[in-house]
Amino acid sequence: MKQEDELFDSSRRGFIKTAAVATAAVAACGSLTCSCSSKNTTAAAGQKVKLLSPDGELVEIDSAYLNHQEHIAILSKLEAREGIAGKKFVMVVDLARCKNARKCIAACQKHHYRAEETEWLTVKLMKDNEKSAPYWFPKQCFHCDNPPCVKVCPVDATFKRQDGLVLIDNERCIGCKFCMAACPYSTRVFNWAEPEMPAAIRNLEYNPETGIPAKVGTVEKCDFCPDRSREGLLPPCVEACPNGVFYFGDENEDTVTNGDETLSFTQLIKDRAAYRFMEELGTKPRVYYLPPKDRQFPVERGYENLPDKLKARFKDIMEGEKKNS
Amino acid sequence: MELNTYQQEAFRYLRSHIEKFNKKTLIWSIFFLLWIMVGGYALYLQISKGHIVTGMRDNVVWGLFIVNFIFFIGLSYAGAIIAGLLHLFKVPWGKPIIRLAQMMTVISVIVGPIFILLCVGRFDRIYHLFLYPRIQSPMTWDVLAIMTYFVGSVLFLYMALIKDFAVYRDANLNIPKWKQKLYKILAIGYRGAASQKRHLIISQNLLAIIIIPLSIIVSSILSWIFGMTLRPGWHSTIFGPYFVLGALYSGCAVLIVAMWVYRKMYHLENYFTERHFKNLGYALMVLASGYGYFTFSEYFTSWFGSEKWDSEVIDKLFNPKQYGWWTLFANVVGIILPILIVAVPKTRKINWISLVSFFTIIALWVKRYLIIVPTLETPALPMEDTRVAYVKYTATWPEWALTFAGIATFFLFFTLMASFVTVVPVSGLEEPHEPHHHVHNNENTPATNEQLLTA
Repeated sequence: MKQEDELFDSSRRGFIKTAAVATAAVAACGSLTCSCSSKNTTAAAGQKVKLLSPDGELVEIDSAYLNHQEHIAILSKLEAREGIAGKKFVMVVDLARCKNARKCIAACQKHHYRAEETEWLTVKLMKDNEKSAPYWFPKQCFHCDNPPCVKVCPVDATFKRQDGLVLIDNERCIGCKFCMAACPYSTRVFNWAEPEMPAAIRNLEYNPETGIPAKVGTVEKCDFCPDRSREGLLPPCVEACPNGVFYFGDENEDTVTNGDETLSFTQLIKDRAAYRFMEELGTKPRVYYLPPKDRQFPVERGYENLPDKLKARFKDIMEGEKKNS
Repeated sequence: MELNTYQQEAFRYLRSHIEKFNKKTLIWSIFFLLWIMVGGYALYLQISKGHIVTGMRDNVVWGLFIVNFIFFIGLSYAGAIIAGLLHLFKVPWGKPIIRLAQMMTVISVIVGPIFILLCVGRFDRIYHLFLYPRIQSPMTWDVLAIMTYFVGSVLFLYMALIKDFAVYRDANLNIPKWKQKLYKILAIGYRGAASQKRHLIISQNLLAIIIIPLSIIVSSILSWIFGMTLRPGWHSTIFGPYFVLGALYSGCAVLIVAMWVYRKMYHLENYFTERHFKNLGYALMVLASGYGYFTFSEYFTSWFGSEKWDSEVIDKLFNPKQYGWWTLFANVVGIILPILIVAVPKTRKINWISLVSFFTIIALWVKRYLIIVPTLETPALPMEDTRVAYVKYTATWPEWALTFAGIATFFLFFTLMASFVTVVPVSGLEEPHEPHHHVHNNENTPATNEQLLTA
């Protein structure tokens, strides 16, 4: 019972017994697990789910107490290094649609159990030159085809896969941070201290595709969620975006989708004059940006309602804009 | 092991340094150990709490540790090149200072890599470097380079020590048994027979021939850790030679200061003469000019080209609100001042040259800082971070404590080594031919290298 106890909040002790059985059952079938993190006080949804306990008993659990944990892919290290055969993942980011709603960040943080401010995905406010209008610029890892980070890793802890992804094995990483110095896009983050995460996550088996649990003294970054792709799902950032900014897909199939519409990748980047950030560096990113032309939102929409802490990040540019207008 | 009269006289003078561990040495050693212990505590904090105790963060991922690493490794390369050149070109006045240069080489190649270990987030996994090496990585090149170089420089020092060990062994020194035994083992039966002399000299010459290009190669490889990235201020074709010259320059300055310290401490006025200071001073002047030329080329090209990213770094370096004063200090004290001091005959004196060398060392350390930190503080994308520590690097006390612990280790090694071998190589000494020096009979001069090789 000890391990299960850690999983549950004391305020729901009455629930523990049933849930413990459920978790055990879930662990047995490997696709579901109970994620009752201590801060969530989920209200019962009323919908019951039937589960089989290890003793062969059938138990009913309210669905609100269960959560899909589909990203616990059971893969060998070798498979995680090779990647998904036949795929060539690619992303197209429509800058005309981004209003810094920050739902992508929230989804990413949640999916990867990231502590606040240790963002794998960030939204920058860009202003290319004095005269040009500022625009919001979501930035994941670019999963470059000529990745400067992979080139410099002395222990093969970060690697390029056949499906185009650049991943990190944080059990291999020695924390020399050479990849961070080499990445021109400030994509990588370092675990300067013991990373915060729910106790249940800490004991999970690590896999480079899931990136959890994070480890102190190692480097990590956006992984394009290959665990989701294996299940035919889109990365959480793509799903969470209310404006369909992110198109994710497969270059081999020549399709990208933002969840609402599925388009031809080549046609999209052709029609919308896509570019890659800092093409001149020769890193060959796998992320394409559609220029912020005919914008759907004024840039202020992403600024005005932000909490002060976040506002401070973009203050320099936004205040400058106000003065100019 | 036979010595000529000049060497005998020298040994009579120097033997006391290795015979007794004097009080001064003991006090200094304890002082250094205390510093190292403070560093040990800082290290304990860093291990238990993670690198969060340092000032390094996601933008500035490398700080003081890497600065120290470059600095010490540079000293090492310089020591080997200086000792190698003095040996190969059989510079007669160079004989007394070869040992010091070689000691600097070995000691700093031990201290330098310690800082790399401190900078690595998981040094419990450092064996991964050997278990999963990736030859494409400049880091792997550097690991190979430093290991090769370490072996080379230890051998180079040892070869030069064998004759001396034989002297210590045969001298009936007033030392404990274990020390006597150790000298005997280390002298590996050297008796000064003709064949032994020949083998030794050939090995030394070969090592000197190897170690000079090796130093240049490994120094360049060190620079490529930075030069191979795509960052402004680093991604430069001159970085290899720039680092080689910087290493030589700082090494020359440290050698001068080391000479000055030993001269005072052990009263070696007869061996580290004004001539040595002047000659190394000239070298310092030439190296300063060269380093200044490289620095100028680097800054001028960046500034004139004025690419956006380059300019951001240049602006930081020259803005008085950022690194402007440090840049001024590094270039005035680290380049112009030594040239002036050595160029003007009035200041071309032992104390002046040593003093300016001391400041040059500090300036060159600052220069290394200016190479590393401002570049890392200038990513391509706007930082837009409200956490001050992530935007601007400020070294924390554990980093400083470990820095001083490293310097203390450097000094401690020097102190201990100087009580184990004579700072001046007794068996290699040649009588100076300067008129103002006390002249002895010239009959028993040791065979020169050419004579030995042609024998």
